[in-house]
Amino acid sequence: MKILVPVKRVLDYNVKPRVKPDGTGVDLANVKMSMNPFDEIGVEEAIRLKEKGVATEIIAVSVGPVKAQETLRTALAMGADRAILVQTDDAVEPLALAKIFKAIADAEQPGLVILGKQAIDDDNNQTGQMLAALTGWAQGTFASAVNVEGDSVNVTREVDGGLETVKLKLPAIVTTDLRLNEPRYASLPNIMKAKSKPLDTKSPADYGVDTAPRVKTVKVSEPPVRSAGVKVADVDELVAKLKAMGVHS
Amino acid sequence: MKTLVWVEHDGSAVKDATLAAVTAASKLGEVHLLVAGEGVDGVAKAAAQIAGVGKVHVADNAAFGHNLPENVAPLVAELMGSHDAFLAPATTTGKNIAPRVAALLDVMQISEILSVEGPKTFTRPIYAGNAIATVESGDAKLVLTVRGTAFEKAATSGGSGTVEAVSAGSDAGISSFVGAEIAKSERPELTSAKIIVSGGRALGSSEKYEEVIVPLADKLGAALGASRAAVDAGYVPNDYQVGQTGKIVAPQVYFAIGISGAIQHLAGMKDSKTIVAINKDEDAPIFQVADLGLVADLFNAVPELTGKI
Repeated sequence: MKILVPVKRVLDYNVKPRVKPDGTGVDLANVKMSMNPFDEIGVEEAIRLKEKGVATEIIAVSVGPVKAQETLRTALAMGADRAILVQTDDAVEPLALAKIFKAIADAEQPGLVILGKQAIDDDNNQTGQMLAALTGWAQGTFASAVNVEGDSVNVTREVDGGLETVKLKLPAIVTTDLRLNEPRYASLPNIMKAKSKPLDTKSPADYGVDTAPRVKTVKVSEPPVRSAGVKVADVDELVAKLKAMGVHS
Repeated sequence: MKTLVWVEHDGSAVKDATLAAVTAASKLGEVHLLVAGEGVDGVAKAAAQIAGVGKVHVADNAAFGHNLPENVAPLVAELMGSHDAFLAPATTTGKNIAPRVAALLDVMQISEILSVEGPKTFTRPIYAGNAIATVESGDAKLVLTVRGTAFEKAATSGGSGTVEAVSAGSDAGISSFVGAEIAKSERPELTSAKIIVSGGRALGSSEKYEEVIVPLADKLGAALGASRAAVDAGYVPNDYQVGQTGKIVAPQVYFAIGISGAIQHLAGMKDSKTIVAINKDEDAPIFQVADLGLVADLFNAVPELTGKI
């Protein structure tokens, strides 16, 4: 079966986001961009399923600017077989993304779509669930284990307070959580090889999807600033201050 | 505006996160609740007592027993025919179901709202809380998830909601519940704990984490957390991780012990009411956000603190 893995180019997780002074968003000029960490876990999981002989082909797809090609090349270097860039300079919301991925799923007929549970820029945590709704497929979100057995997949999910396992009929949607795996680094030979793997470029219009935003960003501001408090001299002073706040055993 | 709030429950009691969502809903208009599950009469009665609640829709059906979104989302979408906004707590259950509902309604969801600024305008954190976006929905209906730490909890008594059975519901037949391992520890959950004690890389080993961090947490009835560095070093499991790629927490008191305060960690805990930092490096960035800082060797200071608090 084929596996579709959507990947997003985002501000690298080690870079501190800076709000633009005019309040229109976060400054992304001349900062390091990387693959969304949760998507990286998705790519890794797809590769492992291929290594196990469960998957036959991995298609990485990204919706974004020309530079998202780099993110797709990373996925190809890790082990994806081919890539599709749905090129647009607009910020595309999860609902429109899900519509694009639905159209690609209709065309490619994957057995699984593995997405990151959320992108670390807009933190929406929606696209996988929305894609599941639009395809009518089952969803295993926040996965920490994925086991394909015949025509179904068992997904262990990270839920508040523990783990839950659900059995989903294939095709299905999986979204990744942190514990699912540890993504591999692409080796230099694989990075070279990735350069010649196929990468198609499309546009949202090719899939008949209107990407006009439904939600307007009125402004983006800095969160309330925390100012440093006091340094205490020793444990006794700390205990006294904590007790005054009502913190004690 | 008529709102419909997802009641998160464990089969017998309404969970706290629901109460914050009720408060958010009450800022928009009339509050109706949805209790879905199997054998949920008791939950429905408790839900009807929540202050300010109008109608409580009860969908009692085996198909809703484990909150499977494939079965639950169509039910919510149908009820949304007579409501204007759907609100779910931003728990793993709420996050699982709400976007599926939103897509069925062709609505763009607004996730993890922090405040209600107007009938269609909300604030929400982006970049793990490093920026706050004010957003306005252009859709006819609203689908929202509500960050529990951002709203007061509605009172669990004083309400007089009317309970109404919903007959809709069926099993979509594409998913089933296999099992769950819910940690039955006396310890509170990381994301809802009032006090969290977190350890960092400076601990040096999982043995030291056990020896130094755990006793303090036990004494305070606190949840256990860790920095990504401590998780990556294998001191504790990944689900302890607080930070941009881990859990976002906002307890009353957060103890950062041997944690330098990398950006990605700060993003996960800087909304804590009080931050206490213990670190031997007085230049550690954690002290720039700590309300109470102690420059000391954690291996001496923490056991002493545990003994004296």
